Amino acid sequence: MVVKTIAAIKRRVAIVGAGMTKFVRRAKETGKELAYEAAKMALDSAGLTLKDVDAVVIGSAPDAFDGVHMKGEYLADGSGAWRKPCFRQFDGGSTGVGVVPTAFWTVASGLSDVCLVVCEEKMSSCLPHPQYAFLTIYDPILVRPIGLNVAWNFAFEMKRYMHVYNVRHEQIALVSVKNKRNALDHPCAQLAAKITVEDVLKSEVIADPVRRLDISPTSDGAVAIILAHEGLAKRLTDVPVWITGIGSGIDTQHWTDRDLAYCKYLEEAARMAYRMAGIRNPRKEVDVANPYDPFDYKELQHAEALLLFKPGEAPRATEEGVTERDGDMPLNPDGGLLGVGNPISAAGLMRVAEIFWQLRGEAGKRQVKKDAVIGVAHAWGELMQKSSVVVMQRG
Amino acid sequence: MLEVAIIGVGWAGSKSCTPDLSFQEMVYEAAVKAYADANVNPQVDVDAFISADEDYWAGYSIFEEYVPDQLGAVLKPTWHITGDGLHALINAYMMIRSNLFEVVVVESHSKASDILSYAGIIQHATDPVYVKPLGGHPFYIAGLEMRRYLYETGVSEEQCAQVVVKNKRNAIFNPNAAYPAELTVEDVLNSPYVFSPLKALEVSSTAEGAIVMVLASGDVARRLTDVPIWVRGVGWAIDTPNLDGRDWGRAVYVEVAADMAYKMAGITNPRRQIHVAEVDDKFSYKELQHVEALRLCTRGEAGELLEAGSFYVNGELPVNPSGGCLGVGNLLEACGLSRALEVVLQLRGQAQGRQVEDAKVGVAQTWRGIPTTSGAVVVLSTEG
Amino acid sequence: MGRAHAKELSRSYAKGVIKVSSKFKAEDFKGIALSEEDFKEKKVIFSDIRAKAYYAWTAGVAISRFLSELKEGKIIARKCNKCGRVLIPPRMFCELCYRPTDEWVYVKDTGRVNTFSIAWIGVNASRLKEPLIPAVIEIDGASPGMGIYHMLGEVDPAEVRIGMNVQAVWKPKEERKGCITDIKYFKPIK
Repeated sequence: MVVKTIAAIKRRVAIVGAGMTKFVRRAKETGKELAYEAAKMALDSAGLTLKDVDAVVIGSAPDAFDGVHMKGEYLADGSGAWRKPCFRQFDGGSTGVGVVPTAFWTVASGLSDVCLVVCEEKMSSCLPHPQYAFLTIYDPILVRPIGLNVAWNFAFEMKRYMHVYNVRHEQIALVSVKNKRNALDHPCAQLAAKITVEDVLKSEVIADPVRRLDISPTSDGAVAIILAHEGLAKRLTDVPVWITGIGSGIDTQHWTDRDLAYCKYLEEAARMAYRMAGIRNPRKEVDVANPYDPFDYKELQHAEALLLFKPGEAPRATEEGVTERDGDMPLNPDGGLLGVGNPISAAGLMRVAEIFWQLRGEAGKRQVKKDAVIGVAHAWGELMQKSSVVVMQRG
Repeated sequence: MLEVAIIGVGWAGSKSCTPDLSFQEMVYEAAVKAYADANVNPQVDVDAFISADEDYWAGYSIFEEYVPDQLGAVLKPTWHITGDGLHALINAYMMIRSNLFEVVVVESHSKASDILSYAGIIQHATDPVYVKPLGGHPFYIAGLEMRRYLYETGVSEEQCAQVVVKNKRNAIFNPNAAYPAELTVEDVLNSPYVFSPLKALEVSSTAEGAIVMVLASGDVARRLTDVPIWVRGVGWAIDTPNLDGRDWGRAVYVEVAADMAYKMAGITNPRRQIHVAEVDDKFSYKELQHVEALRLCTRGEAGELLEAGSFYVNGELPVNPSGGCLGVGNLLEACGLSRALEVVLQLRGQAQGRQVEDAKVGVAQTWRGIPTTSGAVVVLSTEG
Repeated sequence: MGRAHAKELSRSYAKGVIKVSSKFKAEDFKGIALSEEDFKEKKVIFSDIRAKAYYAWTAGVAISRFLSELKEGKIIARKCNKCGRVLIPPRMFCELCYRPTDEWVYVKDTGRVNTFSIAWIGVNASRLKEPLIPAVIEIDGASPGMGIYHMLGEVDPAEVRIGMNVQAVWKPKEERKGCITDIKYFKPIK
C-alpha cells in the first residue's frame, strides 16, 4: 500500500466556508430544509452562490432514520444538487468525516473547482424511537434473533476499555462534564449543561456501565462546508484552511472477534492521515483535535488511537486538564456530540467545521487558548469498526 | 495528465437467484477473480477500496459494516457510496487521478432475492410527504415517463418492444446473463400492460451477482497488464428527486453526465467516435431515451435506428450486446458495473459469441431506477 | 465542469475581504425545535408511514452449516491452516490471509466472558424491570479472542465478571430449529 504525501497530490484543496443548523431533538424542518439551511449558510459565509458550485457531495447515515430509501437522491434538491454531479457517501457514524475525502478528490482530481459538502440527519422521523433504526445494523441471522441494542454494544466496549486499561468511571465521566460545559458557548447546542462527575455517575443506568449522561442525544440537524482548489481558495479568502491529510480504516465485520479495548482501525486511519500531512509527532504537532464522542469513553479511546496519548493515558490527561480549551491538547472545544448533539452524519461534519473555525480564529467563546495551526477531525462508526480522519492546516 | 485504467474485472452471476451463497461468499468469488485478472494481491498492492450499495436493498442499516472481509480490506482504507457501482468506479478514478492512490478496488453486488417486498422498498424512496401517501406500485412512474417520452419523440410502442427482443436475444450469447430469451415483437406487445403504455415483458427482472474491478494509475497498469482499458471520461448527475419538477420526456441526468464525460474524453462526435454502448434498460423505453441523451443519435431517432438494425451486435452502433438489464438482469446498484464490465470485455476482445468487431471506444451508462433521476456515464478506451 | 473559474464567480466581494464566520450571531443558525407535546397533541402535521421492507436473508455456506450443527446441539468453527486460527462464527474464507479456509472443527459449548453489560433498557430502548445480561463469549476450542454474541442467564448480575467460565444452555432437541436461539443463553460453570 502506498500513502502519498500531500505534496504529491495534483491540486491543493482548501475549506473556504462552513455553516450549520441548530441541533435539536425534533426539528420542524424536513431533512431537505435542514440541508438547504446549512448549505445556504456555508455558501454565504464564503461569498458564493449555487452557480459557483460544480459538484455536490452528500453525507447521511442510515436511511432508516429519515425513513426514505435512497436518501441521497431525496436530499439532492435541498443540498443544491439540481442538474449537478452529486453522490452520497455513507459509512455509518464515520460518514460526516469520511465524506470530506470524497469531496477532496472530487476537487483534487480537477473534476470540480468548488464542491459543496452537505451532511443531514433527521433522526426524529424514525418512530417510535430513533433507536429502532439501530436494531437493523446487526447480522440478521446471528445477532438480531437474540436482540442487541447499541447502548449494550457500547457498554461492551466501555467495560473492556475500563478492564484492560484499569480506567475508573469517574475519569470517563469527566469527558461528559467537559464537553457539556464547552457546549454552553455553542449557539447550536442541544444538551449544553453545567454538570458534575457525580451527576453522571448518579444518572439513570442504561446498560451498565453506560449511564444516561455518558451518552450523546439523538438529534436533527445539518452541516455544510465548501471545498475549493488552491487558486480559487486564495482569491476567496486570506485564511484558507488546507486539507493536508485524509485517512480511513475499517476492521472485520465479525465484531465478536475484535479487540474492543483499542481502536486499531483508527490507528491505521490516523497513521495514514499523518503520513500524508507530514506529521511525525502528532502529540506535539497537532494543536486541536475533535475525536468523535458519541459516548464519553469514546473520546478517550479515540484520542489514544489518534496517537495523541498512549493507550490508557487519555483519562489521566483529562483529569489534569490537558484536554480543556486552555490545555495543551484541547479536545472537542465546541462541546462535541455530548454537548452540541448527535445528528449522526451532521455531527461528523461539525467536527470538521469546528476545526475550520478554530484554525481561522473564528470560534468566538469556544476558541482554544493557543494559536491553533494544525487540527484533526475524526468520526467513528458502523459496527464499532470504522474511522475516518481529516488533518487540516491554516496558511 | 494522470491516466487511469481498469486492469482487472471479476464477477459472480448473474443468476435469478443464488440460494447457496451469502453475499459475502458471492463477492469473495468475484473479488478473487478480479485480483487474479489484475495480477494483484489485495492486501499488499491495493491502496483503497470503494463499494456501492443501499441499505434497503440489503436489508441492513449501515451496510458497509459487512463489506471489508470478502474484499481483503480489513484494516485498510475503505469508502462507501450509496449509489450505483459506476459512481464508486468514478470515485476510484478521481482518487487515482488526484495522485492520492495507485491501485483502487471497486465493488458492487445484488442479492435481490433476499428482498421480499421489492415494490414496497422502491416506494419507500418516494417523497414521504407528497408522494408516498398516494400508495400504489411505484412503477406507475415508469408508465408516466414512457407515455411522455413516446409523445414527445414519436417513438412507437413496437419500437420499445423491439428493445426487449434485441436484448434478450443478445443475452443468449452471454453466459453471465440470467434472462436470455428468443421473443418476437408480438410476444412483447401481447404481454399485459403493467402501467400503460408499459408492458410486463418491458420490465427488467431482478437478478443476483457481484462485480469487482481493479483500477490503477497508468504506470502500474502498464506494468501489470497487457490489456489495460483506459478510463477516458466520467460524468454523473442528478436532475431532481421531485416528481413535480422533473422533465418527464428527457433523461436530463444523462445529458449532463454525458456532456461532462465526453468533454474529458475529447469526444466531439459520439456517434462516430463510440463503437459500443452499454446503456441502462431497466425498462424498454429507457434504452432509447438514454441512447438519445448520450447524443448517440438525435432525439426521436433511436426507434428508427433500432428498426434499421443499427443497435444490433453487427450494426452500425451496437447497444447492449451483453443483453442489458433486460437480458442480464437488474442487478440493483451493480447495474452500472455490469454495463462497464461488458464494455471492458468488448474492448479486450473477450466477448466471445457477442463480440463487436473493432471496438476500441465504448461508453457505459447507468440510471438508478425508479423514482430517481440519477445516473452516470463512463467512457472507456483501448488507448490511453 | 470548470464553470467556477475565478473570473466568473458570481460573488460581489471586495477582493481579500474575509467574511468572518464568527460574526454569526446565535439567530443566524436556523432550525426550529419542536416539543414532544407538539407531536402528541398533533400541533404539527406529519405523515405517518410504515415501510414495506421484508427480507429473507441467505445464510450462505458457512453459516448454514453452523446453524445445522446448532440444531444438533453442537458448535462448529472453520480453521485456516495458514494462520492456524480456528474461526467462529465460521467463514469460508479467512479475512486476514485472504484465502479459503480449510476444515470444519467442532468447538466446545463452553467459554469465557470477554465483556458484558447489565442492561436496564431493552432492545427497543424501553425500560426493563429485571435487567438482561448480554455478553461476548470467547468459545473454548476456538482461537483466543474468537467469540460469539449471546445472553447470560441463571446468574446474579452482581456476580458476573470478565473472564468468568460459562456454558451453553440448550433448548430441548425437539424445540431446536437451526437458529442462534437454539442456545437459550450461557450460564456460569460452578
